[in-house]
Amino acid sequence: MYVLKLIIRNAFRHRLRTLLTMLGIVIAVLAFGLLQTVVDAWYAGAEAASSTRLVTRNAISLVFPLPITYEEKIRQVAGVKTISRANWFGGVYIDKRNFFPQFAVDGRPYLDLYPEYRMPPDQVKAFLVDRKGCVVGRKLAQTYGWRLGDTVPLRGTIYPGSWEFVVRAIYQGADAGTDESQLFFHWDYLNESLKLTTPRRANQVGIFLVGIRDADAAAQISRAIDAMFKNSLAETLTETEKAFQLGFISMTEAIVVAIRIVSFVIIVIIMAVMANTMAMAARERLSEYATLKALGFRPRFLSGLIFGESMFIALAAGALGILASFPLVATFGNVMAKLFPVFQISVETLAMQVAAVAVVGVVAAAVPSWRAARVGITEGLRAIG
Amino acid sequence: MSDALAPIVQIRGLSKAYQRGGQVVPVLTDINLDVDRGEFLALMGPSGSGKSTLLNLIAGIDKPDGGSLRVNGLDISALSEVQLADWRAENVGFIFQFYNLLPVLTAFENVELPLLLTALSRRERREHAAAALGMVGLADRSSHYPSELSGGQQQRVAIARAIITDPMVLVADEPTGDLDRVSAAEILKLMGRLNTELDKTIVMVTHDQRAAEAAKRIVHLDKGVLMDGSGAHLQAGEKGKEAVEE
Repeated sequence: MYVLKLIIRNAFRHRLRTLLTMLGIVIAVLAFGLLQTVVDAWYAGAEAASSTRLVTRNAISLVFPLPITYEEKIRQVAGVKTISRANWFGGVYIDKRNFFPQFAVDGRPYLDLYPEYRMPPDQVKAFLVDRKGCVVGRKLAQTYGWRLGDTVPLRGTIYPGSWEFVVRAIYQGADAGTDESQLFFHWDYLNESLKLTTPRRANQVGIFLVGIRDADAAAQISRAIDAMFKNSLAETLTETEKAFQLGFISMTEAIVVAIRIVSFVIIVIIMAVMANTMAMAARERLSEYATLKALGFRPRFLSGLIFGESMFIALAAGALGILASFPLVATFGNVMAKLFPVFQISVETLAMQVAAVAVVGVVAAAVPSWRAARVGITEGLRAIG
Repeated sequence: MSDALAPIVQIRGLSKAYQRGGQVVPVLTDINLDVDRGEFLALMGPSGSGKSTLLNLIAGIDKPDGGSLRVNGLDISALSEVQLADWRAENVGFIFQFYNLLPVLTAFENVELPLLLTALSRRERREHAAAALGMVGLADRSSHYPSELSGGQQQRVAIARAIITDPMVLVADEPTGDLDRVSAAEILKLMGRLNTELDKTIVMVTHDQRAAEAAKRIVHLDKGVLMDGSGAHLQAGEKGKEAVEE
């Protein structure tokens, strides 16, 4: 208790200096947490992916579709439990800035394949029976104030024309990692419209979503599907949903790496600031350390005082920074909801924040503590005045 | 190991030198000195004469280069740093010129500080600290921080801190050097009381002849050599003692 009191009083001996250092740590922890959360948000899709879902796409590129006829062939592959399809629609809601993902899907199989999209049964039924019906995520509905029965007009870009969908269901994610900013409508509606306007684009599928019985058989089933369409006009590439999502992320990997580096650089900078604070404090107290040594306190006691003070400052400021991270991330997540549909602090990020401030505390105290432990008593006593 | 009649400090052929700019500068040469139990000894000499160095050696915060230094029969020059730290905690009380109190601790907490190195309980520590502060007449200032006390009061707190572990030897380096005449007199009177009433052995370094006169014996150092009253080099502690007494 006595020693703790000494540590805390020492920490606030130069209040302004300590408070400014703590402010720096709070900002660094906030920035670190925010940047790590951005990285997490980048990977959110991959993290939310199911190990029992495969994605089959055109082997050349995602922009090339696959014939609908593949669906029944894939369904016959051993280990395949269910299959669904989706086309990226890419429509514009009022303005290009209002971006959100839109997919044409085959209603019931798709919803069965994605149980994490939860909605009341009556809404599911209303969606399935309405050819122009759509399902929207909770966050998306909140963003644009949509309610059940509202009409959502979209201007097609990949599929030109004006399209109108009626909100029949609003889904809620099974957990915080589920993207709640998507819109789904009936693939049949899209396909029938294409048959009338551009028949050559009809009966084409963007990706097949394959539900498998055993996650361990994913590689084998993928090979079997791709082998089936080898040397055909539209060869396929089948991979796990996670690999499919990571494929998108890899396109922007340099940005993710840069964000990660910056987040760690921030910690290194604050480590230097904190080390400077501790070095100044220890230098000013050289005569006190010498006095303590003269009284019989061992070098490890002095090291303990310095480490204790450094850890107290770092952890106290770190705790404030971590607490402040929650409202900051929530605000940032709301502002950037269109870019990052899933934006929340992960347990790993919190652990990294705690570890970062602990490392800052230890590293900052290392050199001053070593010096204080080694200072000669007579030399230290001469430092008075 | 210790003999109640033997001198508490026995110094024979002690020497100490420092390295400065690649040169060896002798500070103490062939020092022979005995300090009896319950003695109040003043070490005097001009600046650079080595008196503070001698005090540091007796207090175990520096090590001699040669000779022997026994305190209560123990050759402290043979102790390791850690052993010396433990020995100081148990046997030496320090009184510094600039008090060396920790500014973030109250007078009471400063006095209590050395007891952290003992096995006393918190309650016992507090009892001891209160008694020590009472002994130096500062019981009513226990919650004051050093910055709220006068120089004389701070030195009295430092004296309370020095005696709280009931050490064998009190070492004082210019204890009145930073005080006005009145405060200095009070401190010297207090040290005199500690010596006569508590039978504390005190070794004090001072420039001040008036302060030195408070001691029972005065020895002079000049250029690292102990002198007798005529300025002649003293060869043995007893001889030095007799010379001063005569």
